[in-house]
Amino acid sequence: METTATTTLVARGLVKSFGDRLALRGVSLSAERGELVAVIGPNGAGKTTLLSILAGIQRPDEGTVEAAKTIGWVPQQPALYGKLTVRENLTLFARLERCGDPHQTVERMLDLTALGGRADDQVGVLSGGNRQRVNIAIGLLAEPEVLLLDEPSSALDPRQRERLWEFILRLAGEGTTVMYATHHIQEADRYASQLIVLADGERVFGGSPGELERATGTTGLDFEHAFVEFLRQQGH
Amino acid sequence: MRWLLIKDLRILQRSPLLVGLLVVYPVVIAVLIGFALSRGPDKPEVAFYNGLDEGTTVELGGQEIDLTEQGSRLFEEIDPVPAESRADAIQKVRDGEVLGALIIPDDLASNLQSTLEPGTVEVFYNAEDPAKKEFVENTIEAQVQQANAALTKRIAVEALDLLDLISEGGSYSFLGQDFDVLGLVRAEDILTEARKELPAGSAQRDELDRVLAFSELARENLAFSDDVLGVVGEPIRVKAKALEGGSTSLNAFAVALAAAVSLMFITLLLAAGLLAIEREDNAFARLVRGLVSQTALLAEKAALAAVCSTAVCMLMLAGLGLFVDLDWGRLGLWLLAVAAGALAFAALGLAIGVLAREVRAASLLAFMLALPLAFLALVPSGAVAPGLFDVIRVISALFPFKPTLDALDAALNDAGGLAGPLVHLGVLALVFGALSRLGLRRFAA
Repeated sequence: METTATTTLVARGLVKSFGDRLALRGVSLSAERGELVAVIGPNGAGKTTLLSILAGIQRPDEGTVEAAKTIGWVPQQPALYGKLTVRENLTLFARLERCGDPHQTVERMLDLTALGGRADDQVGVLSGGNRQRVNIAIGLLAEPEVLLLDEPSSALDPRQRERLWEFILRLAGEGTTVMYATHHIQEADRYASQLIVLADGERVFGGSPGELERATGTTGLDFEHAFVEFLRQQGH
Repeated sequence: MRWLLIKDLRILQRSPLLVGLLVVYPVVIAVLIGFALSRGPDKPEVAFYNGLDEGTTVELGGQEIDLTEQGSRLFEEIDPVPAESRADAIQKVRDGEVLGALIIPDDLASNLQSTLEPGTVEVFYNAEDPAKKEFVENTIEAQVQQANAALTKRIAVEALDLLDLISEGGSYSFLGQDFDVLGLVRAEDILTEARKELPAGSAQRDELDRVLAFSELARENLAFSDDVLGVVGEPIRVKAKALEGGSTSLNAFAVALAAAVSLMFITLLLAAGLLAIEREDNAFARLVRGLVSQTALLAEKAALAAVCSTAVCMLMLAGLGLFVDLDWGRLGLWLLAVAAGALAFAALGLAIGVLAREVRAASLLAFMLALPLAFLALVPSGAVAPGLFDVIRVISALFPFKPTLDALDAALNDAGGLAGPLVHLGVLALVFGALSRLGLRRFAA
């Protein structure tokens, strides 16, 4: 796995099993500063396991992860306290992240996520889209160089999804490496510069969406069709 | 950890139903127990029909006994509801107005007087409820036995007077006529004087010697009749001595029990719920990703649950102190026992929270575990087979309820040592704390 001065994340030979089930089989990857990396694959392919190992939530049985100092983690289900307000949630995690000036950091995140108007509402009463924005804001509190998002748009309607991607693209544009797992294949095609395809815990493809289409000979058809064809050719 | 504590307190503050229950529950328990202890049990309402005329007496052993007075002693243990007739008394039982009916028939006096058959009273009750049946039977049978014992004693006293008359002699009245009874002592005096008149070695003198010896033997044996009749009047006496346990009264033990039950429920529910909510809100994985150590997270939950429940339990004890005489000089020991119990329950609550992983499931599991533990800890020895009791003792020792109850009993009532239960609770807190820490490995999954 080659690395450069702008490489922010490298994983080598990650293996993880749960009992008899092998969830990851020697997965390697790397990501550059400001790069958008999509991790796609069928259900049970190991996407969440890969991201949680990269985030430091789980330890791999084998393999190593070299990452930037700070990695932001946005789980699939919003990890927020429903009885606390948006501001209280952000302040709590800002303090736990030991941010220099928690209040200033919180105000910046409220601006960034355009949630200033709902800052004093309890999270439990927010829509799924707004909750996900708070969820992402918490992942960004420590100003991470790498942001890992697990199915970030799964609970959102198309309009909320569009706004979320505007936000993520802006982050990447500012130099944050963003790696996301998704079931929305079109989101991988539209936004990712690098695609990692997992199947049965194995990395079966690494490259750009265009390279995947070319590899399957489906150029010109829709990307979802190319992805399904690729999996079929790989025997999955 | 400070920020997590503030966060949890804020969440509790915004859960008024939960906090309300946590405050109201021990207050209600304290008030209920307080009233129960200060009021005492009610007398059972029993319909009473007395077929005897007012002032009916019976002569036993030459002494008049007022049956109405004897019957009135029953009223000390029951609340009599007067009935106009035997049928009226039975109807009151059928209508559910009273627990039972006690009927004294008009032939009771003549039966007692005849001494050919015992006097009989009638008791009626509904047997639809086994507990009620047992209660009425025990209450009335105990009272009738007391009446029997009282009559037996009266008869024994009369018998003793008669035996004394036979021994010492004196006057005796029967059917309005006075008699002078010679008595064994005076008979001996007469015979001794008569013996002196007879020549030594005569056959009559030998015969008189035999009569005098018999009279002396009879007097000596009659002297033992006091004890013999005393035993007949009360054949079995109870001499009770407790081999184990202290001298805690039922009221004082009830206070310790109420405190232990409240402490158990509040702490288990709080600790299990506070931990489970971290997973339910999906925050656990985010927290332990370098922000808070898993051990610190458990310690924060245990400390918060223990401090809250200790405060509520101490308030509850203060409330109970309004009804029951508690030794406030032992306040420090109360606090020690309550805090030790709270810590052990908090550790168990964490284990429940780890196991259940959801607040509702954790609450349900806490209730399902707590109730049987409390019942098992109260099973007395001898109530079940020895093998089963040993199993119950082992199970009770594995959970904090029994040692908490022992610690509270020792602290509140000076019943037994406090150090043993405290050490026991400390060990349980460490064991359940360690189990919770191990269980956290699967908590985020």
